[in-house]
Amino acid sequence: MASYSTNEFKSGLKIMLDGDPYTIVENEFVKPGKGQAFNRVRVRNLKTGKVIDRTFKSGDSVEAADVLDTELQYLYNDGEFWHFMDPQTFEQVAAGKAAIGDAAKWLKEQDVCTVTLWNGEPLSVEPPNFVELKVVETDPGLRGDTSSGGNKPATLETGAVVRVPLFIEIGEVLKIDTRSGDYVSRVKD
Amino acid sequence: MGAADNREPAWKPAIPITRLRERAELLEQVRAFFRQRGLLEVETPVLSAAAVTDPNLESLVTEYRGPGAPPRERLYLQTSPEFPMKRLLAAGSGPIWQICRVFRGGERGARHNPEFTMLEWYRPGWDHHRLMDEVAELVWAICGESTVRRRTYAELFRPLGLDAHGDPQPVCEEAARSLGLEPPPGLDRDGLLDLILSHAVVPGLGSDGIDFVHEFPESQAALARVRPGHPAVAERFECFLQGMEIANGFHELGDAEEQARRFRRDLDVRRSRGRPEPPMDHRLLQALHHGLPDCAGVAMGLDRLFMVALGATHIDQVLAFPLERA
Repeated sequence: MASYSTNEFKSGLKIMLDGDPYTIVENEFVKPGKGQAFNRVRVRNLKTGKVIDRTFKSGDSVEAADVLDTELQYLYNDGEFWHFMDPQTFEQVAAGKAAIGDAAKWLKEQDVCTVTLWNGEPLSVEPPNFVELKVVETDPGLRGDTSSGGNKPATLETGAVVRVPLFIEIGEVLKIDTRSGDYVSRVKD
Repeated sequence: MGAADNREPAWKPAIPITRLRERAELLEQVRAFFRQRGLLEVETPVLSAAAVTDPNLESLVTEYRGPGAPPRERLYLQTSPEFPMKRLLAAGSGPIWQICRVFRGGERGARHNPEFTMLEWYRPGWDHHRLMDEVAELVWAICGESTVRRRTYAELFRPLGLDAHGDPQPVCEEAARSLGLEPPPGLDRDGLLDLILSHAVVPGLGSDGIDFVHEFPESQAALARVRPGHPAVAERFECFLQGMEIANGFHELGDAEEQARRFRRDLDVRRSRGRPEPPMDHRLLQALHHGLPDCAGVAMGLDRLFMVALGATHIDQVLAFPLERA
């Protein structure tokens, strides 16, 4: 089984603790001049997101977490699982509700997402930074008003609700920043 | 890693030349401090066929082939100039000091670089308390810190409900847990005390002045005399500034037999941990047999002292070329 020495610790390294995969957020070398050396690390649980501190004896080893970021194409949702495919190998994986999280509301078929796999199973899904989605529901637009700062809610084809300018109408395709959930622009046909 | 500007190309220093000028000025102030006090500046070898045995210090090793080569052509880089300086004291040097490079394997972090600059000095006829006064005077001269607090090792642990000299290992382990520190497996009693001290106590030391800690447990005497009593304590001190250990000093052990016993015990611990067992320094033992004057000595990490003087938070902010640029 692969393992890392504390000498290899750095932020972003994926390790196993108490049976769960963690990523190292911070690593601090602590050593009294005449005493035991330690590595004090802050780690984030990749399943729960919880951040904890842990101390290792310098030189000790810890099991590596088999965690891998992959670019996968979103296929469909069967009501319980979201299915993804590797466009090169055509291999498919299914992500449950916990792994998909907030990404669910942005996903449109064929979008390419970053899927983090742990032992081959999806741990988390990151949607593309920008998605283009059609408006399926919004209050009637105010003709001519393209400048005022006002906005209104609009429901997109994936079910996500975003704030959009007053002039947006049903049927238009919008560019959305998934990191903030903000409207960016209209997409011209 | 870093601290300083990592966008600079790797051939360049990661700190500005102005910082090097500040460092040079501080070095000059340290030299002036010892010149004024009349100590003899000495230079001793960086390389030796013998090495420190302390289980928590790793000596770097190099090879020398040629006339006078040591056994196995192996020379150790000093982790401190302590042994040859004590040989000078035994030979009648009187008070001595030096600034030199020392080397320690496995030590790299925000406060560690595997090679660093050590200031070390010895005062015949002094004990560690008098030497603490002089350390405080130097810190005042370089950093402007003048408030001094002196506490024993036991006093640091008392607020945590722990008797640092008496409580057995399981109690220390429980104390670590109650502080939210899950002890990594395989720590002995001193390792647990190190864990608690370095994680829960040291970060708060030296935040508003100079903190001295003295009277260490006998098991952590290193090269200090042990004062018999209940409990017996090591006449050892450490100096802290801004949560950092700056210096470590001893009322020096002069008993050759006791020193030899400690060397052998260190080597036993090393063997049990599967660590290298370097040759012990028989010339130091011979010097102690001849007679070391009653003295106190201290080693100070100058890079850290300069960090405090210059308001740096990472050792790379006071080094032209830290490890990754060396």
